[in-house]
Amino acid sequence: MTPGRTLLVIGIAAVCTFLTRAFPFLLFGGKKELSPAVRFLGNCLPSAIIAALVVYCLRSVSFDAAGWLNGVIQLVSVGIVAGLHLWKRNILLSIGGGTVCYMALLRIVPALLS
Amino acid sequence: MSSSKSKEEASENAHTQSIFSNSETWKYALVQSLPVFFGYLFLGIAFGILLEQAGFRAGWALLSSLVIYAGSGQFLLVSLLRDNASLAAVSAMTLLINGRHIFYGLSFVEKFRAMGRKGLYMIFSLTDETYSVLCSIHPPAAVDPKKAMFRIALLDHSYWILGSLTGALMGQLIPFDFEGVDFSMTALFVVIFLDQWKSMPSHIPAVVGIFSSVFFLLLLGPDRFLLPSLAAAAIILFLCKRWIVPKLEGGGEG
Repeated sequence: MTPGRTLLVIGIAAVCTFLTRAFPFLLFGGKKELSPAVRFLGNCLPSAIIAALVVYCLRSVSFDAAGWLNGVIQLVSVGIVAGLHLWKRNILLSIGGGTVCYMALLRIVPALLS
Repeated sequence: MSSSKSKEEASENAHTQSIFSNSETWKYALVQSLPVFFGYLFLGIAFGILLEQAGFRAGWALLSSLVIYAGSGQFLLVSLLRDNASLAAVSAMTLLINGRHIFYGLSFVEKFRAMGRKGLYMIFSLTDETYSVLCSIHPPAAVDPKKAMFRIALLDHSYWILGSLTGALMGQLIPFDFEGVDFSMTALFVVIFLDQWKSMPSHIPAVVGIFSSVFFLLLLGPDRFLLPSLAAAAIILFLCKRWIVPKLEGGGEG
């Protein structure tokens, strides 16, 4: 692949990515007053989107023979994150603690079971 | 003329300084962006290594992270470049994998417009992670909210660039076993989900988001469920508007 072609591919990817992010602004950005419908969706979509992103992050969880252990480790770690957060309400502690637990479980549990 | 103008500017500066503290705003942006740091550093490194292995030097990793700035989109880019995909395929696949972003800006149309030229950068840098953090912040009185949003976006972007450059330049040399660090992204969304749950007067949007995404995950599999589940969630929320609006408004008063 020539450098020019690589540049073109990266440029197209950049423009297309920007277009998806700019879509609502192109659609509604020119209007002085947002319609109540758009305002409503703008207020309540974040909760739905963040919920969907949690599910997206856990999409690899499965209960078949090959993947169940990793799935259980992920779900247990999510429980640890939620528990820490409901207890202390400290974002860094919840994320740091949960991630360290996940990394530890990922190394220890399969070794114990093998 | 010019002196009166500069006087005006000076008084304006004094005015903003009296309300907001610049260092407090930086500190706030740094703390709020920190949860993204580890995840972006790790994912960036992974991207840099992949692109390097596909035969593209560090400069290309830097350029991609600078002008594209999309996690899953750039992992797709590696395979598109490696397979010498057609330009039509590049645009179609990129639009499809980033399709979910068309819903993100809806919550920021007015806020970003008020930020002028910086608003354009805010639109460009609206990744999943920056979006979630921006949805969840409540800056204290000493922090300039617009500047804080811009700096959070800028810091997140710089972590991503730092990660991809590190991966491309010395990915193979890093002795530490990073496996599992990417869980910090899952943890970030879980934490923000819990905060949203607590602060939102209506739980219907969150519940609709969970059910819709689980439904489409089971129906379509893990690779292409997110965009349809967000579209369905938007439609369902719209249909449930009359049950949600009173709660939102009631919550605003209380």
